[in-house]
Formats: sequence, structure tokens, C-alpha cells
Amino acid sequence: MLELRGLTKRFGGLLAVNEASLTVPEGRIVALIGPNGAGKTTLFAMISGFVTPDSGSVQFSGADITGLAPHAICRRGLVRTFQIVQPFGALTVRENIAVGAHLHEAARTTALARAAEIAALVHMEQQLDAPAASLTVAGRKRLELARALATRPKLLLLDEVMAGLNPTEIDEIVEAIRRIRDSGVTVLMIEHVMRAVVSLAEHAYVLNQGRIIAEGTPAAIASMPHVVEAYLGHGAALRMGGQIAVGA
Amino acid sequence: MSRTRLATIALAAIVAAALPLVMRSDAWLSMAITTLLFVFLGQSWNVLGGYGGQFSFGHAVFFGSGAYATAVLQVKLGMPAIVAAFGGMAAGAFVGAFIGALSFRYGLRGSYFALVTLAFAEVFRIVASSLGITGAGFGILIPLDARALNLQFPSRLAFYYVVLALVGIGFAISIGLERSRFGAWLMAVRENEDAAKALGIDAFRVKLGAIIVSGAMAATAGVFYAQYFLFIDSGIAFGPHVSVEALLGPIIGGLGTAFGPIVGGILLHTLGDLAKRVMGDAPGLSLVLYGVLLIVMLRFLPDGLNGLLRRLFARSPHGVAKRMPANA
Amino acid sequence: MDLDLVIPAVVAGLTTGAVYALVALGLTLIYGVLHIINFAHGSLLMLAMYGVFFLHTLFGIDPYLALPILVPVFFALGYALQRGVIMPASHGKDQNILLVTLGLAIVLDNLALYLWSSTTRTIDLPYAFEVIDLGFALVPIPRAIAFFGALAVAGLLWLLIARTDLGRAIRAVAKEKQGARLVGIDVEHIYAMSFGIGTACLAVAASLLMPTFYVTPQVGYAFVLIAFTTVVLGGMGSFEGALIGGLVLGVVEALGGLFLGESLGQIGIFVIFILVLLFRPTGLFGSRFA
Repeated sequence: MLELRGLTKRFGGLLAVNEASLTVPEGRIVALIGPNGAGKTTLFAMISGFVTPDSGSVQFSGADITGLAPHAICRRGLVRTFQIVQPFGALTVRENIAVGAHLHEAARTTALARAAEIAALVHMEQQLDAPAASLTVAGRKRLELARALATRPKLLLLDEVMAGLNPTEIDEIVEAIRRIRDSGVTVLMIEHVMRAVVSLAEHAYVLNQGRIIAEGTPAAIASMPHVVEAYLGHGAALRMGGQIAVGA
Repeated sequence: MSRTRLATIALAAIVAAALPLVMRSDAWLSMAITTLLFVFLGQSWNVLGGYGGQFSFGHAVFFGSGAYATAVLQVKLGMPAIVAAFGGMAAGAFVGAFIGALSFRYGLRGSYFALVTLAFAEVFRIVASSLGITGAGFGILIPLDARALNLQFPSRLAFYYVVLALVGIGFAISIGLERSRFGAWLMAVRENEDAAKALGIDAFRVKLGAIIVSGAMAATAGVFYAQYFLFIDSGIAFGPHVSVEALLGPIIGGLGTAFGPIVGGILLHTLGDLAKRVMGDAPGLSLVLYGVLLIVMLRFLPDGLNGLLRRLFARSPHGVAKRMPANA
Repeated sequence: MDLDLVIPAVVAGLTTGAVYALVALGLTLIYGVLHIINFAHGSLLMLAMYGVFFLHTLFGIDPYLALPILVPVFFALGYALQRGVIMPASHGKDQNILLVTLGLAIVLDNLALYLWSSTTRTIDLPYAFEVIDLGFALVPIPRAIAFFGALAVAGLLWLLIARTDLGRAIRAVAKEKQGARLVGIDVEHIYAMSFGIGTACLAVAASLLMPTFYVTPQVGYAFVLIAFTTVVLGGMGSFEGALIGGLVLGVVEALGGLFLGESLGQIGIFVIFILVLLFRPTGLFGSRFA
């Protein structure tokens, strides 16, 4: 459904993303992992239209969406969330989600009603009238997710949606994402929380210093030496004697 | 809309309509007309600045465009007043589109946008005071011909009801923003432009729409001014005091709310009038007061009078929520 | 193009431009350190100019000799305003700071109007019309003093920022506020110092301007835009930029007045302002402060 071919982006002297290619099949959950600063968010920015790639292309549902404006890409069904959550602070939770719903609902009342339904999906019914600025981090993450869901996406780009959550909250979001996938939405997620990656993703790509260095099932790539080294440094794989544990 | 809100509006409308008949004073009527005119100007500013979050420090550019367009069309080009009036509104819309397209296309936000509007207002002022067709330094005098069809009403009372209707329209537009998809988009762009784009909103179009509406409204205020006072010059039309008055009402009354510009505008002008009676009608006095009030307001009541009233009555109004969280 | 007219216009433009640069330098300092757009800058200049006027008219003090009085007073005023009014009223939000300084400008401009009316005030100095003959142009003494005075103050400012402990602290706060706080720098104090210094520059500019200019309550508003145009043209936060930008603008204004007439000529500055903001917002020297 989503295909990246050789995406490259340079910021001044820094090569942030280098010939990155990956495929996300329809209806699957695919993870994008890698150490900090690897270029994952830049990749997302390129896919969602916030940054124009220097070279390469983004194909979505067979169409070339490279370089389109963010709102145009969203209207085609590709929606992203932000690593640093961006709520509409002065608006209530309901109004926040309604903004997303308005992509398909012209009438205010229908949009607000839809917002209430979506809020229930992420267990936010109690907070519908709270100002978004008053939510905790976990609440804001769920709001971000709900807002994106309200646009009836075909593919969801989740950027570190688990960051800053405690284990219970992580389990809840994992459940929510699974339900989202089951309802027919494809998911590409950037994630550091390995527990979530292992329980959700069927396929994963590893990005390091702008390049895709590995791909496979989460279990498979966790035991690849060069993946371990990307995280822990050169020689770490050897030092650890090939025994890699995948933990949270 | 909540029943209380509807009741308040109905009551306010009735009181406003009946007041001149109760007051029976020409002086009061004059003051009321200018107050309501600036309330309407504030409502126009509120569309772009309050709901849209784009602070314009040069709103006079739209006001003056409307005033000059209508004056020039009537006096220099001999057009009928009603046509000229629409010409004035259109002028405001066009200037809004022009400034908006340039500014938003090049991503001007915040202080930079405020400064650019200020610069445009100055440019227009200088041009108006230099060209022959705009009367250069002498301004333009609209000949007195008091007929309704000429948009010059014989009785002051008629002007009062016209401007009251304008305020009503301004209020309707504000409510319309709060309950429409366009308004939701506008407020989303105000709160967080990137997030709004990621949710499918064409931020450029939305902001452009807001500035066009705001410009047309402010220009209409300019048209009214011209028809009522029958004289404009570059200082009156494009001067800084117009730009300042446009933003004071909404900020003091409550940004991005329907009642804000009304409450703020009425309060400001009432205080100004009071000050004049107490301390004599010296130029600059009322604006000093407004400036102090603005600073005090920002210090102690950042979300304006409206916010204060909301917190005092602790209810949950339909629309923008700015109060204590229901549950954290 | 009559060179006999153009060259003197350019020279006059350079001398005015030097003063614009001085005004802009203060603004650059304030923007570079506090990252705020100080709308009250022009009004404070206007206030200083009235200060020069009254010191001369009421006490017979020569405008240049008024410097030792005005500079400390305006430094203190700036310090107090930042610490006592702007900081508390803005609650740290950028949008509010914009409005607070606007509010300040409104109060100052209209207080001046109320107290001193809009009568144009000028001061007449015995040596105001003596000129220096450069051959290709005649430069009135006060203008020459203004030119060199502005450059001197710019140099002093540079020395202050680059060579003193205070300057180091200012640069630290400008670059990294939290880090500066962590090493024990009193950020609020530095903010207020910067605002004070920026305002003190205005006192100097006022003394340099009054002999050849005039003051009315509206002057503040006119200068605010010129100052911002200078800063934006030179690049927000760049001292050299403000200097060069000021000189360029002075010349543009002079030439504009020459070719388009007094009133229409003023447009040049604002048009430049709009163009720079739209097409090259980083200015000619676009740089971060320090």
C-alpha cells in the first residue's frame, strides 16, 4: 500500500536519510525502529509531505504522492501523528477530534457526534469536555491517535506513540492499535518500546544513520549482530556472545 | 445554543433597540453610534485575530480602503451610493486577499505578520495623501444629500439602527464561525498549524478566507464612517488609532469569542467617555486609558473579560473551552 | 539624474541613516537577547527627544551635554519597564509580549499627546547651521556629529558585548537561556540590563537627532517602523546588519524624497520592509545574535 523508493534528504551537510526504501503491505502493522537520530521522523516528514525529499519517491495506493502538500496527502488517506504531541490546546477533546472528523463531515453536529464515537474507541469518553491543554501525556497521545482516526485513514503513521507511557498505558494503546488494524487500517509505526513492536508488528525495518540496515520479523532482526551494534556500539554483538534478549 | 445564551442575546437586542428611545439624547446617540461602529470594527478584527490567531496591527488598511473606495466612487466617479458601498466592501475583500496571499504564501506569522500589516497601512496612508484622486492632503468631502437611497439618512436614529444591524451581522458571523466547519478549521490552524495540515486542512486557504472576510467587514465599517461623517482623509482612514481601536476591544473583551468584541468595545468607549467628562476632552486621554487597561488586562486577565465572566459563573459554554479541567 | 542634487542627498541620507542605525542597534540588542519585538521602542525614543527638548528649553542645557543626564535615566527606565511591566504582564508568552509592548507604545504616545499636544517642537542651536564643506556636499555640523556619534556608540556597544563580563553574560543568555541560568547567571537581570542598554541607546539617538529634527507625539510611531525595517533588512540580531541597514535606509529615504517628493518618498522604506519580510526574512546579514 505504501512504498518508499530510495528516499534521500540532506540538511546542509547532514545526510539525514540515505536511499531509504521500504514497503508496507495493506492491512499490516509494520514497525520502523532504530537508534535516536537515525532519521526516522525525517522519513515520516517526507512521507506525509512536510519535507520534500531530495530524491526518491513515495507511492501510496499506486499513486505517486512525493512532494504533495501535507493536507493533500491526508485527504488521500495517509495520516500522521507527531512525536511531540500537538494538541489544539484551547479546544476541548471533543472539538479536537471533531477537527479530524471534519475531513469527511461537513456538518458541525455530525462531526461532533463522530468525535464522541471515536473518543469511546480510545477510552476517552470521560474527558470529552476537558480542554486538551489539561490532559496528561498519555491522554494527549490518545487524543493524537483519536484525531488521526477521525479522518478515516487508510494508512496511519504513528510516531513514537508509546513514548512516555507506563506499562499499563502501553498495553492499552497496543490493544487500541490492534483494533484499529483489525478494522482495516494499515499501520506504519516508529517505536522504541520493543515490547510494543514485538507484540504488534509483523514486519520491521531498522534505520541507522539514515540507511535501512535490516528488515524482517521483530524476533529475527533482534538477533542480527549489526542491528545490535547499531544500538549498542561496535563489537557489542560479539561481547554479548550472540545472546540477545528482546525486552521492554 | 444554550438557552441562557439565547436569552442573553434576545435581551441585549431588545435593550439595544429600545435604548435610544429611552435616552432621548442626541449626544448619547452620537456616542452610541461611534461605539457600535468600533465594536463592529473589533468584530472584524476578531475574525482574523481572535478566531484565526493572526494578529493584525494595521487593520486600518481595510477600514480605510472601504472608506476611500466608497468616497472616490461617489465623488470622483459619480456612482450611486449603494453601488459605491458594495464597491467599498469589495475593496476590503480585495485588499485582504492581496495582503493575505502575499503574507501567508510566504509563511509570515506572529510578529512578522503584525508588522507587515502595519507597513501596508502606512503605505496606503502615504499613497492616499499623495494622489489627486484620493484628494491628496485635503481628503474627500462627500456632498450632503440626505436621502435613504443615498445611504445618508436624514435622522441620526436611522444610522443607529443601521450600525446596530451591522453589529448583529458581526455577531452572527462570529457564531457562524463557532458552529461551522470553516470555523473549526480556522481555530485548528490558530492552535497548531502543522497538526491542522496533518489532518487535511489547507491552512493557506483557510487563513486567506479569514482575512478576506475580516477585510470586507472592516471595509464596511469604513463605508459607514464615510456615509455618516461625510469626510475622510488619509489620517482618519488609515491612521494608527483605527488599527489600535480595532484590536483593543476583542483583546480586552476576550479573543476569539462572539461577545468579546462587543463587551470590550462598549466597556472601552464608556470608560473613555467617562474620562472625557471627568478630565476634559483632551486628545490622547482615552487612548492612554485604553493602553493602561490593555496592559493591566494582560497582567491579570489574560483571557479577557469574557474569560473572567466565564470563570465567575463556571459554566461550560458551547464553543471554546478555557477553564479548569473537568478531569486531569 | 542631476549629480549635484543626488550626492548631497546621499550624504544627508548617510547622516540620518547613522542615527537610524543607532536606534536599530538598541532594538537589535533587545530582540537578540529577549527575542521580543519591542513595539515601544519608537515611543521611548520620542520620550527621550522630548527630554532633550525640555532640558534645553527649560534649563538651557545643550543637547549633547544632556547625554550624561538622559542616558542613565533612560537606562533605568528601560530596566524598570522590562522588569516591572513587560515581564509580569506577558507571562512569558510571545503573543502577549507583542501586545504589552504595543500597550506601552499606546500609553506613551498618547500621554505625550495629552501632556504636550501635537505642536511640533524644535530646538534652535547657534551652531546648527554651520556647515562643513566637503566639496561635493555641505554637511551641517549637527549632522556630522550625529554621524560620528552614532558610529562611536555602535563601537562602544560592540566593545561592551564582545569584551566585558556583562557582554559575555548577555551573549550567554541570548544563546542559551537555560544553560546560562544553570551556570548562575541571573537571567531576568540580564534581560532587564539588555532592555536598559537598548533604551539608553535611544537617549543618545535623541540627543543626536533633536538639533536637526523635530519632535511630536507621532514621531514614535514613524520611528518604530523605520527601526524595524532597519533591523529586518540587516538581519534580526546582527549588529553589523543594523548598522549597514540603517545607512542604506537613510540613503533610500533621501533619494526617495528627491525623486518622488517629500510625502511619497517615505513609501520607499515601507515597501522595502514588506519586500524583505516576504522574500528575504533573514535580511542581508541574516544571523543569530552573538
